Amino acid sequence: MSGPNRVENEKLYSASLDGTIKLWDFTDEILIKTFLVNAKLLAFYTPVVDGNTVFAIIPRDKGLFQLVSINLPKSTAHEVDAKDFSVILDDVCQSPKSISFGRETEYVASVKALELQVFFFKKKKHLRFPLSFKQSKGANNTFTCVACHPKEDCIATGHKDGKIRLWWKFNHKKEYTYSSQHWHCEAVNDLIFSTEGTNLLSGGIEGVLVQWRFGYESKKEFLPRLGEAIEHIATSPDGVLHSTSHSDNKIMIIQSNLELSAIIQGLVKGQEIMTGLMIDPRSKALVLNGKPGHLQFFSLQTDKQLYNLDIVQQENINQSGLNLTKVVKAAFDCQGTWLVTVEERMDDETALELQMKFWTYDKKNQSFVLNTTICTPHENHISALCFQNLNGSRSPPTLVTASLDCCFKVWILGDDSDIYRESVSWMCDFVGTYHSLQATNCNFSEDGSLLAVSFEQIITLWDANTWDLKCTFCQPPGKIRHLAFGRLSCSKYLLATTDNGFLCCWNLLCCSLEWSTQLNVMVLEVDPLSENVAAFSELYRTVDLFIFKPDEPRPLYMQKNVCNVQVKWALFVPRELAEDCGSGSQPWLARSQLYFLSDSQDLMTFSTKSVEERQTLSSKQLVAEENVAMTPFHILLGKHRQHQTKSWQEVEQTALPEGSAAINEMLHTPAHVLPNASFLCLMFINSLLIPKTDERSEEEEEEEIESEKEESESDTEMNVIKDKQEEQNVHLPEELVPKLTKSEEKELKKLHRTNYRWLFSECSEEIDID
Amino acid sequence: MLVIPGDKKRLVEAITWVGQDRLLSVGLNGEIMEFDLQRLCPKYALNAFGGPLWCMSCNYEETYLAIGCEDGSVKLFEIGPEKLQFERNLDHQKGRILSLAWHKLGTMIVTGSLDNIRVFNVKSGHCTIRISVDQGDVIFHNRVCVIWSISFLSDYTIVSADSSGKIQFWDCKTGTLLRTHPVTKCDVLSLAVNEAEDSIVVGTAEGTIAQFQRVAVKSEVVGTEWVRTKTFKHHTHDVRAVVHTTSALVSGGVDSQLVIRPLMDLVETKSYESALRKVLFPHRNLVCCSRTENLLLFQFPEQLELWRLGSSQAVGVPGDVLPISKKPEKLLELKSQSCHHIRSCALSPCGTWIAFSTIHRLRLYRIHYKNDSIKVNVFRKFAKTLPSAHQLLFSADSTKLFIAFDHSRIQVVPLPMLAFKSRLCLAPKSDNPTTICLLAVSEDGNWLAAASCNYEINIYNLTELKHHCTVPVYNHLPTAIAINPHTNNLITVHADQQIFEFSINEKKYTDWSRKLQQQGLHSLWLERDTPVIHITFNPRVATQIIIHDTYMFCIIDQSLPLPNERLHLYNQGTLKLMPVHARKKQEHAFKICKKYKPLLHVELLLDGSLVVVERPIMDINAQLPAMIRQKKFAT
Repeated sequence: MSGPNRVENEKLYSASLDGTIKLWDFTDEILIKTFLVNAKLLAFYTPVVDGNTVFAIIPRDKGLFQLVSINLPKSTAHEVDAKDFSVILDDVCQSPKSISFGRETEYVASVKALELQVFFFKKKKHLRFPLSFKQSKGANNTFTCVACHPKEDCIATGHKDGKIRLWWKFNHKKEYTYSSQHWHCEAVNDLIFSTEGTNLLSGGIEGVLVQWRFGYESKKEFLPRLGEAIEHIATSPDGVLHSTSHSDNKIMIIQSNLELSAIIQGLVKGQEIMTGLMIDPRSKALVLNGKPGHLQFFSLQTDKQLYNLDIVQQENINQSGLNLTKVVKAAFDCQGTWLVTVEERMDDETALELQMKFWTYDKKNQSFVLNTTICTPHENHISALCFQNLNGSRSPPTLVTASLDCCFKVWILGDDSDIYRESVSWMCDFVGTYHSLQATNCNFSEDGSLLAVSFEQIITLWDANTWDLKCTFCQPPGKIRHLAFGRLSCSKYLLATTDNGFLCCWNLLCCSLEWSTQLNVMVLEVDPLSENVAAFSELYRTVDLFIFKPDEPRPLYMQKNVCNVQVKWALFVPRELAEDCGSGSQPWLARSQLYFLSDSQDLMTFSTKSVEERQTLSSKQLVAEENVAMTPFHILLGKHRQHQTKSWQEVEQTALPEGSAAINEMLHTPAHVLPNASFLCLMFINSLLIPKTDERSEEEEEEEIESEKEESESDTEMNVIKDKQEEQNVHLPEELVPKLTKSEEKELKKLHRTNYRWLFSECSEEIDID
Repeated sequence: MLVIPGDKKRLVEAITWVGQDRLLSVGLNGEIMEFDLQRLCPKYALNAFGGPLWCMSCNYEETYLAIGCEDGSVKLFEIGPEKLQFERNLDHQKGRILSLAWHKLGTMIVTGSLDNIRVFNVKSGHCTIRISVDQGDVIFHNRVCVIWSISFLSDYTIVSADSSGKIQFWDCKTGTLLRTHPVTKCDVLSLAVNEAEDSIVVGTAEGTIAQFQRVAVKSEVVGTEWVRTKTFKHHTHDVRAVVHTTSALVSGGVDSQLVIRPLMDLVETKSYESALRKVLFPHRNLVCCSRTENLLLFQFPEQLELWRLGSSQAVGVPGDVLPISKKPEKLLELKSQSCHHIRSCALSPCGTWIAFSTIHRLRLYRIHYKNDSIKVNVFRKFAKTLPSAHQLLFSADSTKLFIAFDHSRIQVVPLPMLAFKSRLCLAPKSDNPTTICLLAVSEDGNWLAAASCNYEINIYNLTELKHHCTVPVYNHLPTAIAINPHTNNLITVHADQQIFEFSINEKKYTDWSRKLQQQGLHSLWLERDTPVIHITFNPRVATQIIIHDTYMFCIIDQSLPLPNERLHLYNQGTLKLMPVHARKKQEHAFKICKKYKPLLHVELLLDGSLVVVERPIMDINAQLPAMIRQKKFAT
């Protein structure tokens, strides 16, 4: 989507790269109309012209872009062709911020590279104002964004070097003039005038919203510490609120007096995820790199960020090209009492700065508190770390770190009390090496009795009680990439992947290779609650997923081409409640849900719900009745109406025993948003089916469920949802027309089931369906 | 560039043109002075009897002059054709008048003093409106706000620039503040409005110049707003004066630079004409050199210094730095005993005679060198007999002194008899003789060339003591002239960088000069910033001319082909890297060296060494008061 625009009479236009402009009623969440433009719409503008004309940036030949005006035809049809467009400017920048419409749409300003173009609609006059290519003293006149004053003839432009220029008298070729203001130290990412034009707001990488008083530019106000770089700024039409969007997937709502009003924060993006994905055992939150120097705790259930834990505890300087301290590794112990983090800072000039921090959960403060800081725990990068899982054991908590400085270290919690206080702290207990090879991975077995450490090509096994070397495996010729022990019944197996494309499984009881297969595994993840192991393999840029059990070399489940970018990390997240292996679900997803993070930092998951189910859920929301406001009038009338419908239902019960949500839906949804008749037809007929009332139906239903199981097993169709947010998107009925028959069958089955439930409850018989 | 020599006692506070050809100044000595632009000296001085004078302004018709005085009075003078005539005082007010401006209609005068702006009715002389100016949000509340500069627009808007760093627009009729523009944290010192009254420029104490422009709020709606547009920083110190011409801003200040900043948007095309110009060094030669005795005479505003050059016994290859065996030595420091600045000076080639002149008198000294000590004789009697001189020059054999007086008269004084005979006086044939700005004498003592301010160059025959000829007048002022000792050809270089060679014997331009004019000079040569201020010749090679400006010196070899546009003008660096046989093809007549700058003087001594006088800008800056320090990166 290239960006929604103009709100008018509670309607909203959106334009997208697929060449459609859609008109929405956003209060009712209804799609009103679709205009087919048949060109990639890279940016979309709806200044007030005559109500039918909108503007968009579309591609031209040779990688150039043009600004066109599109005439939206007035038509009652649902889908309208809007091919009537004329070129306004034939060489523009593709960024939506490079175009701005002036006061009363008298002119349009466009910036590209070092040139400002102004086109006057009435006079058809076209003026260009070039700036000089000056690079000295850090000056860079390249334009980044443009904004026109809503009431006066003034254009504001933002530049690469952080300057803001205010242009005047631009209706003359020669007499134009500008003033420049300089506060931003790096490029101005966006600027916008307030609704009345009294203020100019600008933002950039500094994360500071600057409010310039128009005409009194020396008096500026700041809203600092907004976080990562400001990418877009918007103001509400009534001028009460401003909002900024940030590069770390965040939207901030700011009042016009520059007070923060609300923050909408998704999963923090933008930072390289080096810690991988973890689950905090206490809060069940997903933990990964967040803001720079922080770990973010993200609730998967509510799709909300819980908080950021400051690990580095240094002032974050928003400036490009800085080499900041990064959190590179983190791990929780199994109870969530201890958190260990590793932070490092590395640049070409100085030596590696490495710090390991142990955090303990403070129940009183409900947060993690720093317990021990170890400076330079290793001489080189720490490649892996893991806690020993000791359920009920009396030995102290133990951590193992493997490092490229050719050793692994064992850290244990010890007593650090003195005469002033009682305290505990972490200290090094054992240092292990193997032939001065770099330690690349380490892992404990499920019971914590065995430690596996890989040294380049060689896997070593150590007794966790005595730290004795027990045995070594050096079957594969390549370097070890991943190392994992099997779980539950498969805990006797050790899995390893190599960088030359092999997945190997050893039996620890006989110390021999059980099986191996050629698979270029990029991510290997073990489900803690089952024997299942997930492996994402990459071959010729396609990523495939294999779910298998270590005791069987054949995969349990396979999904080809999971996503088109590299998968970086994956994690099995235990479910709160084990899901029934019923309709459409995968048995391996019963206890845990698999999440994975792609290279483009999209967090994805495998869902048991099919698209159709979500579709029906969302389509149900379209029922207009739900949107009727609870006014006193409605309460009065509503009761009356309920009564009416009840009586009507009673009369019609034999014919329509269900009370028919489908019919309701059909009758109450506005006609112009109703899906196709073919879609409705099945639903309608289904709803008219008279339920079977004899006991045979129960058996039938069971059969049906069984058959459904078979069906779902044979059906390897998976639903990959992107970044969780897509889940909430309303799916358009038109798109789903071809797939509908199957969904309708399921819907029908579901209706049957609910039907029975209703019937049984009516007959006050207690039958457990599941 | 013409110079009216200054005076220690006459500090100029304000200066104004009346008409095209009259120049007036007022100063802290309380006098109004008009200058004689022909003779380049004050014409008359008039005491205003108001204490030190701070400002002045002519009305639009240039019939009256208003002067703001220390005692708080505004004095009106009627401008007569010859003299100023005191007319009357406006109402006396408290506090010195630091700035004043006329309304275009001539009915009102606005004055700026300490904390107050007053508007006077010129007819009645009464103060009609008094406006108090606040100190702004400066912490020092007890500080007065000084209105440094003020302007009266024809729509009865007053614009004031003050010491609290703001520009304010006032409505003259009601005395109300229309708009305040904070410009800086320090003083705004100067203000100028252009003719069309749609642009204002102000200069500040931190060296910045800010431009304000009147813009229409909406294109078709009446209603304008002054907005601050551009900011320039070309000065390091206070910008004391600004002028807004139609297409450029001219500013000058404490850092002794004159900056001409063309307004790019008003200039038709981007060209050399639209480039920024800075004038920092005087466009005249202030150094005299004795080529045989290795002596240098430096002309300072109030003194002369005579130095003997050091020398080195060592020899080396090009690029070596030779150790100095004998250090340069300051022999003499001559101070002008009056408060008047030195106008010109001369050192005889033999080094025994020094002459200098202020605007009032001329002095001649004879120096006897005895081993390490020197003895100076002053010729007081000689000096008394002669008026002041514009230019002085000794002949090559040091037997004659040429003195250029007013109206292009040149007196030839034989040394050491000092016989002053009227018969030895040379004068041009033209009807309207002006001041002589340059003199040159030939090595054989036969010819004297004199360039005047009216672009005329006259050549005199010294043996017959008569006018020989006039070089065809070129429409730019000559900046340097010299006669080639080998050929007696006169070389002239003009303000537009053109070079001419004129054969004195044949009374015509030489072939080389014609060729040069036909082919034209290289565009890079024409686009240099500063004029050539001195010409000298290689005593051994007849075809080599050495000329220099502030940023380069150049050996013009007349035997080599002239550079055309395709050739690289500054090619010395590339030639050096080429093999010897390949150099020949690339060589051209202009061999330019930019290694030493800024240059005051370049001279080839007779012992074969080249003396180069540099004046580092850092030395000048070190003598200036401290800059206003300011944080560059702070909010």
